[in-house]
Amino acid sequence: MRTVPRKTSRPRTGIADVVVVGAGHSGLAMSHRLNELAIRHVVLERGDVAHSWRTERWDSLRLLTPNWMSCLPGAEYDGPDPDGFMNMDEIIDFISAYAEKNQAPVHTGTTVLGVEPHTSGYTITTDRGDWQARAVVLASGACNEASVPACAQDVPDSVFQITSKDYKSPAQLPDGGALVVGASATGLQLAQEIHASGRPVTLAVGEHVRMPRRYRGRDVQWWMLASGLLDQCIDDVDDPVRVRRLPSPQLIGSPEHATLDLNALTAMGIRLAGRLAGIRNGKAQFSGSLRNVCSLADLKMRRMLNTFDDWATTSGVLDNGAPAVELEPTRIGNGVPLGLDLGSGEIRTIVWATGYRPDYSWLKVPVLDRKGQLQHDGGVVAPGLYALGLPFLRRRKSSFMHGAGDDVRDLSNHLLTYLDQCAARPASQVAFASSA
Amino acid sequence: MQTQPTSAKPTNANNGVNVEALLGAREALTQAPEAARFKWRASSEWLNGTHGRTTIDKFFGLGEEQQHRVSFQFDTDHPQIFASEDNGATPVEMVLVGLAGCLTAGIAAVAQNRNIQLRSVKATLEAGMDIQGILGIDSDVRNGFDGIKVHYDIDADASADDIASVVAQSQKRSAVFDIITNPTDVTVTVA
Repeated sequence: MRTVPRKTSRPRTGIADVVVVGAGHSGLAMSHRLNELAIRHVVLERGDVAHSWRTERWDSLRLLTPNWMSCLPGAEYDGPDPDGFMNMDEIIDFISAYAEKNQAPVHTGTTVLGVEPHTSGYTITTDRGDWQARAVVLASGACNEASVPACAQDVPDSVFQITSKDYKSPAQLPDGGALVVGASATGLQLAQEIHASGRPVTLAVGEHVRMPRRYRGRDVQWWMLASGLLDQCIDDVDDPVRVRRLPSPQLIGSPEHATLDLNALTAMGIRLAGRLAGIRNGKAQFSGSLRNVCSLADLKMRRMLNTFDDWATTSGVLDNGAPAVELEPTRIGNGVPLGLDLGSGEIRTIVWATGYRPDYSWLKVPVLDRKGQLQHDGGVVAPGLYALGLPFLRRRKSSFMHGAGDDVRDLSNHLLTYLDQCAARPASQVAFASSA
Repeated sequence: MQTQPTSAKPTNANNGVNVEALLGAREALTQAPEAARFKWRASSEWLNGTHGRTTIDKFFGLGEEQQHRVSFQFDTDHPQIFASEDNGATPVEMVLVGLAGCLTAGIAAVAQNRNIQLRSVKATLEAGMDIQGILGIDSDVRNGFDGIKVHYDIDADASADDIASVVAQSQKRSAVFDIITNPTDVTVTVA
């Protein structure tokens, strides 16, 4: 995999119109746009370009979107396998090549320690000096920390615990059974490969999003994009809070284009349990709601596929395409476990695939709600402060690579207006404190 | 992935649920989460044998003491095959009362919110229980239900999938469903 040379010759501290925090695909897409607009900016990156992809993903992970969807402003996939799914090395190369091609002003190895309001914008403190900027773009990712439920502290010491953020491969795990907690793309992918490694898996399943990899001869992501679902705006959904918290759909990017759902897992011998409700006296307790969460997911999937069918009919796009098919409901057998003795030796490992959250501990601006969530209006956080790359930031596709372009365009336009206003006013009037 | 139910529905369903008030409460309580903390209360008194009477009267919510319109009383007892007088439903049947009441209320509210007109909603509930548990015959048998089956017959202006979706959403939002399917910390004290 490619390593972008560290630009140690650049000044370590200084003044910029915009500081972008994070050199992943979102931050680099914004940098590309700021270059087009000739806005003076730097991109501060704690590690190397695409740092999270290099260090915080498991070995077998591939993107959930096909290669032809892997595009960023001014860059498209031009490799030999448009329907394939990028592995980690390919993603890192794609993002690194993008940074190089754009000559993005990335300061690697620069960890942001604080962002706070300043009389004419923000002060950005790093481990390699401070920056002053009119505006800051938070592009530091949505998956900085693994979210682990509080009951993890009640797990007996004899059980090895690991989060999906630290998990690389089954080789890290002791032999014996594993409990995988969480039924997003992450939970299902890890359950599958851990079980295949000879470690019998029990999967704790809460609310989840089911979808087939392919439908009527096309990738499901094609359907979501073509039918307009991925372009759906946050203003057009009934419950913005809920859609922003949705787990990733149960998908895997594999050369076989296989569907990865709970039926595929039970067919290989994985045992399903309900949501992990708690751990008491060394015993894991599972909710009795498994049937309902599966039926919710089956019904929602059918609704989504119906909207695809309706759209295909209306648009005439698939006149000669494969017919609509009914997918088998999720099979739940009898004897779903409600409890599991974690001290019996049956379970040697717990893998927490219970989601991620961004880390904003360095953000010294009063923009977090009582639950620590970033408050923003479509990525506009505060005057001169923007966020990118978060789930459903502005659109359903916002957290995907191909979703960065539209968000960057919208937010850079807002940013441009803001910078123009700054230039037209005395510095003292644009401080965060006076305008908030 | 949330896509809204698509089947044709009347534009003015009326199931007798004031959804605007519920949505308004949701909005208000999002801004004032302290007011969302409720305390539900019951007081009970032993009468004779396995016969007891529980009274429901006051509760706490929206930051202050509240009171039901009238006080409600529920007698519980055991059937005569348990050598009891059968002066009321068994306590475990009262659990089914709670579950049915909660899920059905939820169905009405969700259907109203989705503009689905209900004509009839009937549920039958059955809970399995091996009484070797409560009699202490076999310590491997739990005291409580070994499973609950709820069956709904619903007549409504909606497709089968949309009705199933209302029932699923009702379970998802149901307090009693949650209480039954997830563990709850119980503290019992004696004065």
